[in-house]
Amino acid sequence: MSQSEIVLRVEGVTKRFGTLTANSSISFSLEKGKVLSLLGENGAGKTTLMNIIFGHYTADEGHVEVFGKRLEAGNPAEAIALGVGMVHQHFTLADNLTVLDNVILGTESLWRVRQARAAARQKLQSLSQEFGLEVNPDALVSALTVGEKQRVEILKALYRGARVLILDEPTAVLTPQETDQLFATLKDMIARGLSVIFISHKLGEVMQIADRIAVLRHGQLVAEFPVAEASREIIAEKMVGETIPQPKRTEMEPGEPVLQIAEASARDEQGQAVLKKVSLTLRSKQIIGMAGVSGNGQKALSDLISGLLPPTEGQVAVKGEAVRVFDPRSMVAKGVGRVPEDRHLQGVVGDFTVSENLILEDYTNPRFSRRGWMRAGEIAAHARKMIKAFDIRGGGPETIVRGLSGGNMQKVILARVLENNPDIILANQPTRGLDVGAATFVHEQLFKAKERGAGVLLISEDLEELLAVSDQVVVMYHGQVSAPMPVEDVTLQQLGLLMSGETFTAAGTEM
Amino acid sequence: MILEPRTNTPLWMTISAPVLAVVVVLILSGGLIAWAGAPLLESYVALVKGAFGSRFAISETLVRATPLILTGLAAAVAFRAKLWNIGGEGQLYMGALAATYFGTGLVSLPMPLMIPFLFLVGAIAGGVLLLVPALLKTRLKVDEVVTTLLLNFIILLLANYLLFGPWKDPMSMGWPQGAPIIDEGVLPNLVAKTRLHGGLIFSLIAAVCVFILMTKTRWGLEIRAVGHNVDAARFAGIPINKTVIRTALISGGLAACAGVTEVAGTKGYLTLDISPGFGYTGIAVAMLAGLNPLGVIVAALFIAGIYNGADSMSRTMDVSNYIADVITAASLLMVMLAVMLTRMRIRWR
Repeated sequence: MSQSEIVLRVEGVTKRFGTLTANSSISFSLEKGKVLSLLGENGAGKTTLMNIIFGHYTADEGHVEVFGKRLEAGNPAEAIALGVGMVHQHFTLADNLTVLDNVILGTESLWRVRQARAAARQKLQSLSQEFGLEVNPDALVSALTVGEKQRVEILKALYRGARVLILDEPTAVLTPQETDQLFATLKDMIARGLSVIFISHKLGEVMQIADRIAVLRHGQLVAEFPVAEASREIIAEKMVGETIPQPKRTEMEPGEPVLQIAEASARDEQGQAVLKKVSLTLRSKQIIGMAGVSGNGQKALSDLISGLLPPTEGQVAVKGEAVRVFDPRSMVAKGVGRVPEDRHLQGVVGDFTVSENLILEDYTNPRFSRRGWMRAGEIAAHARKMIKAFDIRGGGPETIVRGLSGGNMQKVILARVLENNPDIILANQPTRGLDVGAATFVHEQLFKAKERGAGVLLISEDLEELLAVSDQVVVMYHGQVSAPMPVEDVTLQQLGLLMSGETFTAAGTEM
Repeated sequence: MILEPRTNTPLWMTISAPVLAVVVVLILSGGLIAWAGAPLLESYVALVKGAFGSRFAISETLVRATPLILTGLAAAVAFRAKLWNIGGEGQLYMGALAATYFGTGLVSLPMPLMIPFLFLVGAIAGGVLLLVPALLKTRLKVDEVVTTLLLNFIILLLANYLLFGPWKDPMSMGWPQGAPIIDEGVLPNLVAKTRLHGGLIFSLIAAVCVFILMTKTRWGLEIRAVGHNVDAARFAGIPINKTVIRTALISGGLAACAGVTEVAGTKGYLTLDISPGFGYTGIAVAMLAGLNPLGVIVAALFIAGIYNGADSMSRTMDVSNYIADVITAASLLMVMLAVMLTRMRIRWR
């Protein structure tokens, strides 16, 4: 290691949140012109570590050195000055400003903006030429695609003189093609002497781009090796700690249609057309996986099936019966089980107890309330039963749900949805943010429901998940849904082209 | 300085935090009293004596706490559903107007019926008044903070018009006051030679009822769900608009009952000064109580005691009675800070 320059060194960093140790004496270093990939499950401590390097958090023990200089704790400005740039998982751009203004914002002093802007434009243009990051400086950020927004974030970091770039889950929001483009850019930047820390939980990508791999598990650095010496199996084992057997999809003959959507269109609150003549048939004993770059109408379709968004035209039929009233309660009554996209926002009332959340869709049932009075005993008994059946850990019936881990919170939602044996299950990003164990549990439950005779619509951004779990795959693009394809006939590459709209065609009706 | 959430809060901390907060406030307010040139210890003794120091003082504090419990409950219920009802004052006057309209001779029932009847018509009037902003909120998304606040002035001006005009009692020698409530409708006196009246019993029962409503009933579950997370409530199929409207009727009704206790209990007739801002102070009461209906009783007694105590302190020690407003406002801030500190810990760097 002595022959190459160390640009960043992490020395014995420990960070605790209450009783949780998010990082436990972690040390590693990054050489100039190299890509270090930080791998780990959700909750392994990757983001915490990056926030410490960038100065958002202060470490309880240990320190960070950049180009041999020790960083003062808790000071992002110093990290930036020393050449650390960070691209967050969730973009930090102002939608209503142009690309140029976003780059200037927080970088240049706002004194004499006009002159600063002219100089900044030149610098930005030379940067984007140098690194092949094409973007129109005068475009409004709100008009950019996700891939372009990411380019702006990278440009912003470069503009501030970043020589070490930290990318937090940069590919989570990209299509496979956009990912390839990002990797080409990164290789360009490395060739010019930049160093990159690449955070991800996707193995395949890491093998493609990284020079070294550091694996985090439960806040500890469990392995670090050159990518040449690694195999997928070894890395996967290091990440998870033990191998969890993945449930296998069983081939089943699909039954009667349980959910039929025929040429349904819908508009959102702003009057934008979010669903355009969507047709989809879901049968019993079938899992249909829906791929698509987020923001292409998945939310609207999910709201339609959840009973939150009535269609402006077209038909929805549940078990052969046309739906006339679109509200959540009647959809649930018809046998639609719904796992919402955002657990915290729609799935649970965070300040309610586990038992209250478990009856939230069913509290008017005479089992749980009579003549307006809640039956506390029954509700608690029900909660104890569900906690046992779904292995909800981290508390009892009276525990406030906010304090549960993501996986256990999701189990509360699954328990609520599945205990009534719904014929249709809408699962929107059901494993987002869950560790492998919890995600496996979710998949097991979906398979169980399918074997019992339910139809499942699984909306996910994780293409590997979709291909592993679904019987058929559809793609959503610009408010339209493609014809279903048998999962055996689909490749990642094909899905990517469909998701980017290149080869996309919407399905016709089949009702 | 960094704030970090606590993983658990010990019980002693939950209990001692508000008490400590009040002690801090008394120390801080001591600076003001000293500045006004009064001896500190004696002033506070005068304050406590004026609030709780004698049979008379206690009865006066209870009289003052009666409407505060009701307006406090009104705010607590509404805020629990995130319905920002700032219109307690207007609803209070609406209840007072209804009690005057029906209680001064228009309807005459035997006492066991007349008193519940006055509370009922008062509550309906107050509920209907808050229904207007609630409907504007659910139908047209009009901000209820603005509508409820401005309705206060409209109702107060309506009361002004009525008391200077058609409803002015001809026997009042020109004062703008309403005719007296008929004997059957007057809330019975509880303790001889004091002003303490049956309104206190009513407000205590109301607090217990609201507590049961919020914790044991379907409506309570709905109100809390809508307040804590309206998106999750909607997703789960809880009828949001119905719940907001229902909350408005309950909240407006409770605040209006405070108007009934003042007209039919404390005063016996409607004047334009039946409420020194009880509707607004109710918000402070509810916040101090952490929106807990039983806590509202304690908070109302505390604030009523501070006001009465400060009145008597200002008389004996020659300190402005505005000190009561300072103490109340500072207590509110300090208690909220203390409650936050029971949930977060501070780390110094």
